[in-house]
Amino acid sequence: MIELENVAYSYGGGELLSEISLKLAPGSFHFLTGPSGAGKTTLLKLFYGALMPTAGHIRLFDEDVRGLERDDIALVRRRIGVVHQDCQFLDHLPLADNLALPLMVSGRDLLSEQANLKELMNWVGLTKRADALPPELSGGERQRAALARAVIMSPDVILADEPTGNVDWEMSQRLLRLLVELNRMGKTIMIATHDLALIRAAKTHVQARVLRISNRRVQLAGADL
Amino acid sequence: MKLPDLSNISTLLVGDAQAERVVPPSGYTANLTLFTSAAMAFLAVFALALSLATGRLADRWGEELARSSTIRISAPDDQMTAQTVAALKVLETTNGVASARALSADEQRALLEPWFGPDLPVDTLPIPQLIEVVEDSSGFDADGLRLRLQAEVPGAVLDDHTRWRKPLVRAASRLRLLGWVSLFLIGFATAAMITLAANAALSANAQVIKVLRLVGARDGYIAQAFVRRFTIRALLGGGIGTLLACIAIALLPSAQSEGGFLTGLGFQRWHWLWPFVVPPLAAGVAFAATQAAARKTLKDMP
Repeated sequence: MIELENVAYSYGGGELLSEISLKLAPGSFHFLTGPSGAGKTTLLKLFYGALMPTAGHIRLFDEDVRGLERDDIALVRRRIGVVHQDCQFLDHLPLADNLALPLMVSGRDLLSEQANLKELMNWVGLTKRADALPPELSGGERQRAALARAVIMSPDVILADEPTGNVDWEMSQRLLRLLVELNRMGKTIMIATHDLALIRAAKTHVQARVLRISNRRVQLAGADL
Repeated sequence: MKLPDLSNISTLLVGDAQAERVVPPSGYTANLTLFTSAAMAFLAVFALALSLATGRLADRWGEELARSSTIRISAPDDQMTAQTVAALKVLETTNGVASARALSADEQRALLEPWFGPDLPVDTLPIPQLIEVVEDSSGFDADGLRLRLQAEVPGAVLDDHTRWRKPLVRAASRLRLLGWVSLFLIGFATAAMITLAANAALSANAQVIKVLRLVGARDGYIAQAFVRRFTIRALLGGGIGTLLACIAIALLPSAQSEGGFLTGLGFQRWHWLWPFVVPPLAAGVAFAATQAAARKTLKDMP
């Protein structure tokens, strides 16, 4: 599905990531952890083609990312749902339109997707906030909205970058449950977080592989987690 | 990157209005584009009117002056009538002359009236006799006629208007060319200003573009959102400017011979259809300019 082979990434003369080889199999659940600035966000960006590796190979759905045109990468992104910590939205559009954005840009008929959209908003508990503008939403609401937008195209992979960074423990548990639920539906999940308590809580619900970035390399985390 | 080509302007205008919604409304660039298009369309219609009017003028001068010539007879009073009759006889036997007649004293007075006033005593002045010569379609041999007049009517001088006609026609043609050059310059200036406005809009919406890319938007989709907005504004602005210019031109004084060139500035008959070309052209220019700006900006954005 997504495969990295001896990948390195350098920026501004310094190497941020080095010799990274890993594979995200369909239906797997991963945590990516490490200290702030270790390169978790950079690695996630490499996963969805927002950054190009400076060495090595990345295969997205069996296609080498280097051989993809910009439009091809856009098509690949429709199969990868991304949730950012800062939850990027279009602030001038109401929440319902923001959630439907992936449908809009892929040319889907919004009228025929109304039922799915409502179901999705209900799933993340935002039905009553459909007409609210993003700046009017709380941190937890924004995170759930970002997750809903990430899954509306029914992607194969969901990448979440510190999805619980701005929310309280209760909300982070709620988000985690949603992600576990998605994994049980067969989605591949990768969560970048430095919140070890979240990882411990997740391990009671799902069999997750925990990866740690250390010294520019990715290692399988030990039993201390 | 796949972007819509120029042939798709109409599709773009009626097409995916949803795409435009993803770009937040922006008053500054919107008003700038609208105003620029309106002002440029206004100027373009005037430049068009200038070109068409000077074209008509060049044709009229060329045609009217080319068909007629003048013979001026300067002779002592006692020989004036004889030389006039002799000149007319020469003209009667000249191939290519359709008609020839000596101007009456009243006609000659009318010619001088603009300079000397209405009460000019023509009879007391040594004014040469003028003969108006009208050519037929084949025309006459001016050099041959000059030689014959020189031999038979010593006081006659043939003026076939060549030395007047050429510079006048050349001046009118240059004016027409100037009008077309102005039209092109207006088009380029419009493109430049809309490109600046489009670049400003694209830069101001870098975050929007980032979000759209995150959710899988192709560059063509993103570009379309901007291109559609600028094209519609240019069309609207062009329409407003064209309408105002047409009203202004319609209110100009009507063409009169006394007014000469200036009162002839405007459109005649079906030429009034020409201004309607301006708004679609403005939209076309905006379409191409915005598309080029979007293509470059999106390519440069990481």
